[in-house]
Amino acid sequence: MKFRDLSDLAFRNLREGVLRNSLTTLGVAVGVASLVAMLSLGVGLQQLASSRLAKSGLFDSIFVTPKTNLRRPGGGPPATRTPDARARPLDADARAEISHLPHVIEVYPQIRFFTEVRYEGKPFATMVAGMPESSKSSGAFDGMQGSFYSSPNADETILQAEFAKELNPQTASLIGKDLILRYAERQSLAAQPGEESSGGFSVVPKDMHLRIIGVVETEPASGFGGFGSGRLLIPLPLAETLRAAQVNDLRDILRDSSSDKPTYSSLTVRVKSPALVEATEARLKDLGFSAFSLLDASKSLRIFFSVFDLLLGIFGSLALAVATLGIINTLVMAILERRREIGVLKALGAADRDVKELFFVEAGVMGFFGGMLGTLLGWLIGRSLTLGTNLYLHRQNLPGVDISSVPWWLVLFGIGFAVLVSLAAGLYPALRAARLDPVQALRYE
Amino acid sequence: MTELPPAIRLESVSRHYLMGESVIRAVNDVSLTVPTGEFLALLGSSGSGKSTLLNLIAGLDRPTSGSVIAEGQDLSKMSSLELARYRRQTVGMVFQSFNLLPRMTLEENVELPLRLAEVDRSERAARVREALERVGLEKRIGHRPSELSGGEQQRTAIARALVNRPKILLADEPTGNLDSATGESILTLLREIQENPGMTIVMVTHESTLAQRFAGRFAVMGDGKLLSNGAPR
Ligand SMILES: Nc1ncnc2c1ncn2[C@@H]1O[C@H](COP(=O)(O)OP(=O)(O)O)[C@@H](O)[C@H]1O
Ligand SMILES: [Mg+2]
Repeated sequence: MKFRDLSDLAFRNLREGVLRNSLTTLGVAVGVASLVAMLSLGVGLQQLASSRLAKSGLFDSIFVTPKTNLRRPGGGPPATRTPDARARPLDADARAEISHLPHVIEVYPQIRFFTEVRYEGKPFATMVAGMPESSKSSGAFDGMQGSFYSSPNADETILQAEFAKELNPQTASLIGKDLILRYAERQSLAAQPGEESSGGFSVVPKDMHLRIIGVVETEPASGFGGFGSGRLLIPLPLAETLRAAQVNDLRDILRDSSSDKPTYSSLTVRVKSPALVEATEARLKDLGFSAFSLLDASKSLRIFFSVFDLLLGIFGSLALAVATLGIINTLVMAILERRREIGVLKALGAADRDVKELFFVEAGVMGFFGGMLGTLLGWLIGRSLTLGTNLYLHRQNLPGVDISSVPWWLVLFGIGFAVLVSLAAGLYPALRAARLDPVQALRYE
Repeated sequence: MTELPPAIRLESVSRHYLMGESVIRAVNDVSLTVPTGEFLALLGSSGSGKSTLLNLIAGLDRPTSGSVIAEGQDLSKMSSLELARYRRQTVGMVFQSFNLLPRMTLEENVELPLRLAEVDRSERAARVREALERVGLEKRIGHRPSELSGGEQQRTAIARALVNRPKILLADEPTGNLDSATGESILTLLREIQENPGMTIVMVTHESTLAQRFAGRFAVMGDGKLLSNGAPR
């Protein structure tokens, strides 16, 4: 039989048992809906996590330090801690060279120092951190009060909310106010004529006025490569000009630094995409630096989500398995009811194959409609989960997120899977119908 | 006429059923030849094996032994797919209980064999109409079987059997569910069809008086065997 005639007859048969067949189709739809909802949740959470991580810069950053064995535990007395033969200082030249490597978009030092702040005449102790320009788009400042720095050198600061509350519990009222930063500037000691450079420095107290332009709940300056959380955030270029004495400056005294150029204890290198991290990391090691990235962490994250998706998929499939039994049941019942009809078809010249295909198409049609309805239902379930979550997040004053996502491939997968499963379910009934003996079916009693 | 090959030739055909230990010989060593264009009535008491024999000729069943040769084709050598094609193209069947599909209109019922034979859609409507005209039911084309009398339903079944223009028409007690006047009109119709468009007809019946008036020859079965081969009148 031609396909068009097959589907004509199949639709006709489905319409004749409309109640039972729609219930069966609905069963398939519920199965597909649970599968699609589960997978959309998996996909959505994965997208959310990876976009957050991508924005955080954790996975496109490489942490560079000078290659020495100084920090190695049990490295022996200072005299024996000779730098690696290929080691080179992490200074301004190195910084420039690194920033000219291919795919590198940003190179910046970690600048953090303890300091005293005066606000309305009262002193407060806190940690200052320099924020690179790229942190504006990293998502770290999402949901902040006020605005981001007007320029990379602006005398402006954004306060971390905990610290802001120390200054004034009404954090919003801080914006636009000034505070005074008191920091210790590092000044190299001029080498005495005829003497070797001492490499030492003196520390001179300095004051600086900063305008508060924002308050942020999150901790943008914590995390990778950090030395504790910064509470008072200033633009990184501004922080660099301060030449403040840093937590790790003592190390510089130990080092044989003959030049006056600043050296960095570490630099953060950002590349265009996480995929370029591995190659760039290798280049940096070739240049004679120590390099370290969190790429491995992102790999295990992907593995975690694959397993997570698999588990969600298995849960969703259970409902579909029940729906499959529904299809088998409906079609087997149909064979019993349509014994005579099958006999007539065969007497009129239907081959076993025609009968088999007829039942197959009926199963496929139920699967197709069930799949479409189910995918729609699954999408709705995902939407309402997102809606519910966002309602909750909104009450907690947190920004909304999209926790479920139904991409096109999931729609096609939902429908395709339903059709496939239904065809598989139709296999046994179709074979049974095809094997029906027409002589028995037509016996007149 | 004698040079024409017979439409149907049965050679020592048997169909046995196994019921536990015992063997039921529903058709037992039957040999019979039906010339092309003949109207043969197959008589016999209930359970004598008439339907079983008819189903063997129809290619719905296979003999336990012996061979069925119809229109030059040996059915025992055919695959089940070839048998299905044989049923579509070479034979038409009519049953005692009409066996129309109740939810289809007459048009759809009669179209069914055309669908199975993959006849072009553009041709179908004309073929259906032609077949229904042949049995005088063209005005009821959109009706459902339940809206028709028994005789009209049997006419529809005959139209359905004819629509693929088969060479052989097989009827299993076509008048069994009808009153005698209606039965007579059905037999008159079969007789007309035998002549125009011209067809070999094998009809199972147990009403010998009616059969005598319409059929060209009788074969009588009893207990699976052919008791009398009858002679053409
Ligand atoms: N599937 C079967 N299994 C066992 N016996 C059968 C089967 N089909 C038919 N028979 C037996 O074969 C004999 C002939 O049946 P049938 O051809 O229907 O007779 P008729 O049509 O002449 O009334 C009967 O005795 C019947 O019981
Ligand atoms: Mg019978």
